[in-house]
Amino acid sequence: MTVLLYLIPAALFMALLGLGAFVWTVRTGQYDDMEGAKWRIFMDDDRDDHIPD
Amino acid sequence: MSIDETETRGCPTLGGPVAQKGAAADPSAFVRGGDDGLAHLDLLVRGARCAGCLAKIERGVGAITGVHSGQLNLSTGKLSVTLEPGVADPGVIARTVADLGYQVSPFDPGEAEQERDKYGRFLLLCMAVAGFAAMNIMLFSVSVWAGFTGEMQESTRALFHWLSALIALPAAAFAGQPFFRSAFASLRKGKANMDVPISLAVLLALGVSLYETITGGEHTYFDAAVMLLFFLLIGRWLDHRLRGQTRLAARELLSLQASTANRQDRDGNIHAVKASDIEPGDIIILWPGDRAPVDGQVVQGTSDVDMALVSGESAPGLVVQGDPIRAGMVNLTDKLTIKAKARTEDSLLAELTRLVEAGETARGRFVKLADRAAQAYVPIVHTLAVLSFTGWIIAGAGVHHAVLIAAAVLIITCPCALGLAAPAVQIVAVGRLFKRGVLVKAGDALERLAEIDTVLLDKTGTLTLGRPRLINADQISDVQMELAAKLTRTSRHPLSRAIADLVGPGSVAGDAKETPGHGVEGLVDGARVRLGRADWAGAGGNVQQNGTGLWLVTEGAEPVHFIFEDALRENAAQMVEGLLARGLEVEMLSGDREAPARAATKEVGITKLSFELTPQEKISRVEALVADGKKVLMVGDGLNDAPALAAANVSMSIASAADASQAAADMVLQGEKLSPVLTAIDISRAARGRILQNFGFAAAYNTIAVPLAVFGFVTPMIAAIAMSSSSIIVTLNALRPFMRLGKT
Repeated sequence: MTVLLYLIPAALFMALLGLGAFVWTVRTGQYDDMEGAKWRIFMDDDRDDHIPD
Repeated sequence: MSIDETETRGCPTLGGPVAQKGAAADPSAFVRGGDDGLAHLDLLVRGARCAGCLAKIERGVGAITGVHSGQLNLSTGKLSVTLEPGVADPGVIARTVADLGYQVSPFDPGEAEQERDKYGRFLLLCMAVAGFAAMNIMLFSVSVWAGFTGEMQESTRALFHWLSALIALPAAAFAGQPFFRSAFASLRKGKANMDVPISLAVLLALGVSLYETITGGEHTYFDAAVMLLFFLLIGRWLDHRLRGQTRLAARELLSLQASTANRQDRDGNIHAVKASDIEPGDIIILWPGDRAPVDGQVVQGTSDVDMALVSGESAPGLVVQGDPIRAGMVNLTDKLTIKAKARTEDSLLAELTRLVEAGETARGRFVKLADRAAQAYVPIVHTLAVLSFTGWIIAGAGVHHAVLIAAAVLIITCPCALGLAAPAVQIVAVGRLFKRGVLVKAGDALERLAEIDTVLLDKTGTLTLGRPRLINADQISDVQMELAAKLTRTSRHPLSRAIADLVGPGSVAGDAKETPGHGVEGLVDGARVRLGRADWAGAGGNVQQNGTGLWLVTEGAEPVHFIFEDALRENAAQMVEGLLARGLEVEMLSGDREAPARAATKEVGITKLSFELTPQEKISRVEALVADGKKVLMVGDGLNDAPALAAANVSMSIASAADASQAAADMVLQGEKLSPVLTAIDISRAARGRILQNFGFAAAYNTIAVPLAVFGFVTPMIAAIAMSSSSIIVTLNALRPFMRLGKT
């Protein structure tokens, strides 16, 4: 059963990574515009959106 | 759907343009400086619905010199622009958006609003933490259950319990905050809301489990406690999102007041200032297309003003020096200089806003289905838990065992399904309605709509299109039509717009000049052409001046008559018929004169009507019906309808309506048709049925599960299975398509 000593921390670590990623998406406001996000994928002129600096 | 650069103004898929070209206030007063040397400007854009809009607006704004980026939030309509101060002109940005066909106004969110937005994110974080904890604890719980038969050593089980506790305790402490706080606040007021049994169940389950873990017991409820929080937080978050739409409405009303005005200083310079900074006595310039920010008096200029939003009157009125101006009127033809008579908070608009708020407070007394269910549910749950505790003590069980049973009862009865029952159905119904062209702004509006028995309809702009349409186009030759269009393209008068929009873009007459209240004249091919009132245009004494007619007079040619009518909306009659077929009483309230009001009721088949009503009289009528115990749906569009919309049990507005009435209404119909009214009623009734079904299911589930818990048969595994399956069934039931829809 010593394998558990590696597996449990590994599982928890990966889950925490997922949680951390989710927290990051919330903090950066990626759920603020659920309506716009689904339409944005249809915009195929991404390059034109950026004004060269 | 094409998202190419096209000539279409407004949304290419739904509705079309909602603003006239150039109709935008200068938002300079709302530009904020940033730390990075760049300035930020937030604008509220209305009428944007799809990828085409998104691309058009962002590209259009991005192309302006000095603008670094423009990003549009399609859910809220907020356009965030980053610009170089001094290089990009905020006025040009606003005009660009208006020229693309969208209504635009400065965005000035209140502090309270931003707070609530933070709460939404907080709920989402709580949900994520609870979900993360629930999944990981389940990993250990399932292992323990699987090892029940004795393969697992006691030390391993203890380790797993400790690991579960390590995850569950901090996770519950964080994710349970929304419930603990609300329960605490409610207890302090001496009441018990739904959050009290939830908090109690979670705390008791955690306490018992911790005790079991320390003493090396067999059963722990860590997974159940955290899963409970997870499911409930989903319901809370959905509910919060539904209410978010209502917040949007309040914000739109705010942004209407956050408009700007052009104020003239003593030395003659004109500055853009916030409307709220205007003091009585200030001199304000109203360009054609501007909306009067405050009540005032004309000191210079003559022009036609659109009063439709203020009084419901369909024809524009002429104002000259000395005439009063009410806030909300739109200047149409010529520059006006007005002297402010009141501050914004003392103006008509603010008065209407207060009436709207009063109506909304009254409506706040409506008790939602879920809350009614909770009121019945909470005492039962508590009694049951206490009874099973005392019952087991009397039966001779130890305190430890009795507490374990009471915790199991609380967990199993916990209203997971109840918490999801209403919001899950409502969010699905709101989504379906959105696809059918109805924007629902308040989640409980669907519940209120399902109960209505009386429908009140406004005339101008609601049953009718609210703008004149040329009805004798087939009697006018193309040449004369083009001639008229050359003149009308220079004018903002509604009759001119009707002709210009019909003919389409083209050249304009030379030396075109508009005489407010009379007509337009200009030079075409060397000939002087006039379009306007019969006596002014020179149509001769033999023609009679006709209500909304225009005469086109060219030197040496026969005068041509253009006849206009405020046409009924497509399928207005069908909608009324559909309402009657659904057993609803239909009545028309109009601010217009008797003759047009009667004509309209006759055409659509309404028998009851009232006319020449002031906004106050409209509210009185609504309140009288409500006092009679009627459940009233009000459909209206004008600024004058806004208070009545707020006073009704539930209300609908139209996308082309005044901002204030859209803000006051629970639902907004997109597009030109009225048939979505029927769809909304059908869907709301179906949704109500579905919610009751879900409650019924939750009750049935409890009649089976509660006895099991009371008699001590519930193990942590059974609790976990029962809770998750009931929540999933309720959610699936919400997602099931509504039957028998589509007929109108």
